[in-house]
Amino acid sequence: MSELTTSVAPPYPPLSEKLRFYGLWVAAALILLILPKVFGSGGALTTFSLIGISIIFSLSYNILLGQTGMLSFGHAVYYGLGGFLVIHSINLIGANKLPIPLPFVPLIGGLTGLFFAALLGWVSTKRSGTAFAMISLGVAELIASSALILRTFFGGEAGISANRTKLFRFFAWNFGPQIQIYYLIAAWTLLAVIAMYALTRTPLGRMCNAVRDNPERVRFVGYNPHVIRYLAFCFAGFFAGIAGALAAINFEIANAAYLGALQSGAVLYSTYIGGVGYFIGPIVGAIFVTLLSLNLSDMTSVWQLYFGLIFIAVVTFAPGGITGLLMMHRPLIKGGSLGRVLPYYAIAFVPTLAMIVGLVLAIETIVHYSLNPSGDPNIRAFGIGFNASSPIVWLIALVLIIAGFFIARRTWSWLAHVWDEALTTARDKGYHT
Amino acid sequence: MLELIIISTLNGILFGMLLFLMASGLTLIFSMLGVLNFAHASFYMLGAFFGFQISRWLGFWPALFIAPLLAGALGAAVERFGLRRVHRNGHVAELLFTFGLAFVIEEIVQIIWGKSPVDFRIPSSLDFPAFQIFSTNYPAYKMFMLLASITIFVGLLLVLTKSRVGLIVQAALTHPHMVGHLGHNVERIFMLVFGVGTALAAIAGVIAGPALVTQSNMAALLGPILFVVVVVGGLGSLPGAFVASLLIGLIQTFAVSINGSLAEAFGPLSPAYAHTWLADIWDVTVAQIAPIIPYLLLVLILVFRPMGLLGTRET
Amino acid sequence: MRHWMIIAAFLPILGGTAFAQESVKIGYIDPLSGGGASVGETGLKTFQFLADELNAKGGVLGKKVEIVPFDNKTNPQESLIQAQKAIDAGVRYITQGNGSSVAGALTDFVTKHNERNPGDELLYFNYAAVDPALTNEKCSFWHFRWDANSDIKMEALTNYMKGQSSIKKLYLINQDYSFGESVRSAAKAMLKAKRPDIEIVGDEMHPLLKITDFAPYIAKIKASGADSVITGNWGQDFALLLKAAADAGLKVNWYTYYAGGPGGPTAIKQANLNHQVFQIAEGIPNIGYPSAEAFEKAFRAKYDISLFYPRAVNQMRMFAAAADKAKSLDPIKVALALEGMQFDVFDGGKGFMRKDDHQFFQPMYIASFGDRTEKELFDEEKTGWGWRVAAKIDTEQTILPTTCKMERPN
Repeated sequence: MSELTTSVAPPYPPLSEKLRFYGLWVAAALILLILPKVFGSGGALTTFSLIGISIIFSLSYNILLGQTGMLSFGHAVYYGLGGFLVIHSINLIGANKLPIPLPFVPLIGGLTGLFFAALLGWVSTKRSGTAFAMISLGVAELIASSALILRTFFGGEAGISANRTKLFRFFAWNFGPQIQIYYLIAAWTLLAVIAMYALTRTPLGRMCNAVRDNPERVRFVGYNPHVIRYLAFCFAGFFAGIAGALAAINFEIANAAYLGALQSGAVLYSTYIGGVGYFIGPIVGAIFVTLLSLNLSDMTSVWQLYFGLIFIAVVTFAPGGITGLLMMHRPLIKGGSLGRVLPYYAIAFVPTLAMIVGLVLAIETIVHYSLNPSGDPNIRAFGIGFNASSPIVWLIALVLIIAGFFIARRTWSWLAHVWDEALTTARDKGYHT
Repeated sequence: MLELIIISTLNGILFGMLLFLMASGLTLIFSMLGVLNFAHASFYMLGAFFGFQISRWLGFWPALFIAPLLAGALGAAVERFGLRRVHRNGHVAELLFTFGLAFVIEEIVQIIWGKSPVDFRIPSSLDFPAFQIFSTNYPAYKMFMLLASITIFVGLLLVLTKSRVGLIVQAALTHPHMVGHLGHNVERIFMLVFGVGTALAAIAGVIAGPALVTQSNMAALLGPILFVVVVVGGLGSLPGAFVASLLIGLIQTFAVSINGSLAEAFGPLSPAYAHTWLADIWDVTVAQIAPIIPYLLLVLILVFRPMGLLGTRET
Repeated sequence: MRHWMIIAAFLPILGGTAFAQESVKIGYIDPLSGGGASVGETGLKTFQFLADELNAKGGVLGKKVEIVPFDNKTNPQESLIQAQKAIDAGVRYITQGNGSSVAGALTDFVTKHNERNPGDELLYFNYAAVDPALTNEKCSFWHFRWDANSDIKMEALTNYMKGQSSIKKLYLINQDYSFGESVRSAAKAMLKAKRPDIEIVGDEMHPLLKITDFAPYIAKIKASGADSVITGNWGQDFALLLKAAADAGLKVNWYTYYAGGPGGPTAIKQANLNHQVFQIAEGIPNIGYPSAEAFEKAFRAKYDISLFYPRAVNQMRMFAAAADKAKSLDPIKVALALEGMQFDVFDGGKGFMRKDDHQFFQPMYIASFGDRTEKELFDEEKTGWGWRVAAKIDTEQTILPTTCKMERPN
């Protein structure tokens, strides 16, 4: 028997791997600690706080989508309910002077999320696939619409506000300044990420993957897919509640938008663009999408169009998201053949960039003409000024789009060719992933 | 009171028929391609805006025929160049593709036509009161809407049951693989069905545009209701979609005219605590919760009868 | 023109320092994309025109006035993020108007920010959010409101109705949210006090922006026998309501708050309700005050839209006057100069900024929309119809008490 286990079981990781693994976490903690020293402005701290909240929320969503294969259109419900209960709690704690300092309050949000996920989850997870998506949409719309009707709890459109400085101090911090909120969020983000990573390494986490891949087989093995989906749903709700709680603490207000379809869409967007196939995917997606959404609206008034186009592009050409794309290169890196591919990337990049620039020019010109036809034609988009009424600009845009498209097609097929060669080389050396 | 009931019934049936025009297309698409087209309501909106623009150039009646053709062609193109590519990435990717498409279409409509409502007028040939119910005029245009919807429904039924293409489509609804084995060009049928489905939604848009407000948020307002209709009726069932459309159309129209609430029902018998922490639920009138009744129905159906009212397929 | 500060908005996120103050920046935080964008764009153009007007006269205390737009997507959380960005960009004065929910969040944020960051204060100029609470329970020293709040508007309207003996049966129909609620309760309370003989034959609250066909509501209004309707509806709810009324042939007088909003005049013309729709506002284009008419002409020539915010004109001009009076652009000094200030308003007459609650009081006008005579120079939304003054309510007749107890800086 022991012979079997020694030959079948994977070997204990060597010390270097263990060091690398734990070192990664320690490095992450260190980065979180010193980040405000490098970028210290109020706006930067707010951005980091938002990114932290988004990371927790996206990771919780990926428990459903990436790990258990459940596409939910209503995950913001648990985020929002967590946020609302935390706002009410802060008001209650402050009014009654209960000895609960702010750092423990997100736990209340998490438990709220867990409670409602447990309540609604059994029925929601009966089906999977499209039916589950529809149920989640229906439940989300139901609760979001109710939020405007049940005014005492949800505060109508104005929402409910609270003052986070009224709670007991935590080691001389009253959590008024943004830097203290940043550290609170950073600490909770680290804890949540560790917890969710640990979840993926448990047998439950593995069975979630199994349910995603082949629910019938799971039944044969003796597990009930419904129960597994339900447990995953509850965990996802718990962490979503924590994210909602941190958002409520950050903004000191909770309103019906927390529960709405837009918020659900936003987390779906972040998670998918980051990549659902890897644990780090939603983290990358959260950072990317938060930065994009904060800054794109300053550069152009049709940022929503660009968001939609990026989403469609990712769904069509890169369904693995950003991390999926990057991880595709892992065998090449290990096999040493990445260098062969890079020059072709550079070559393909030029016409693709040209095509994109042409598209942006065209879009911004059309937008200008539809919104402000008699206004000043010298507009700026993405920091570059140009004259929208000049036919030369239109001609340039047209040429860039058409020429860019055809040249890009050619260069991408070269790239694909070289890629195949490089991949074969790597595979020959034994590196398959 | 009777006047209110009759008008609400007429309006409810009208709204239900409009919903059915859209839901029928959605059901056809779902049954054939297995993808729930999130962008379906967007094609409804495109139909309304194309109709508006064409009616400005050529008049309402040409618009009624050209706009759905345009929208249908667009839909077919979307299927051919977009969905077919995404198909190999899986069901989730297809769903997300249509989700992103809905978003992009709304943005493009906003860019071209602006964010305010556009002045899509009822054609003057139909702009008169048809008849009087007690003291209220019922506009002729609404009778036209009703007539047009019923005509299209009957036409759809005839094509599906009597024509060869219709029989193939019916077969592909329940046994898509077998149809492929029998040698029909399933891919072309898919494109056709997607185009026809979106054209149906567009016709609904052209018809409804002058009566309702034609604005870039039309799709977002009607989209969720559409999904409720399709799921309640049963994914993949056309008769189910018909029943569900009428049901939800009538419920929504009647609900807004009912002012009853639990407080009114119980009156002086309401318990004391009903007006404090339970006040929100106790005092709310049916009219106020009218917008969420379809979602309540959706959740109930999914809990008790997940196949929908007349559904034949699980997913 | 609206894409200034692109780099400026981006870099401070990563830790840049505030910009040098050669200009005085006013942050405009309103929707510039999404559903509310058409209204937000209108406001932005108004403020830019006013900034140009001030700069043509040498700016404020020699500094150029710069309007910095921030898109809040009509979302309270987003507004707070944009307010933070504004602070980073060196903005000490923010202005906003679309949405009382946003206004509530902003006034909270500004108060807390100023408390927690002394020396870094900012002022919040509210030009259109009409929730009475903002100058009552939720009042703040740092918030100033130039729009008559919904209670003040109702006070002016009911003072007008006191003299209209033809009004006997009144119907109330409003959107079911805080604004609609305040319109309805103010109407009932004030009418009971001033014209107890008016019978309120209906009191309807409908879901916000969800109704596609108002026919059942119109049927109820008809059945009640009302001769007048008070409604706070705006946007699509207003347009569809009038459409249904026209379809059903309903003949009543409509007393509204936002009939002049985008899409309103078109809806009234389409429904062919000639001088049956009234609006209470602090100004309309056809009052006949020469300087206002010149301004309106210039504004329409430049942007092809009508001046929907006369109160914004008052706001910017009073800001310049307060800065001059205080001889400083420090927010606390400007605030102290602003409160209690009397001012000649845009459309003629005197208004004042009450010190107790920072609410501006001004003459109000009841105007009806319909065909024009030679006296009415301006039409709306290319319909050919325009506003005509039915009555002017003097400032003193619009004053209401306040429960505000604001904390003042020492």
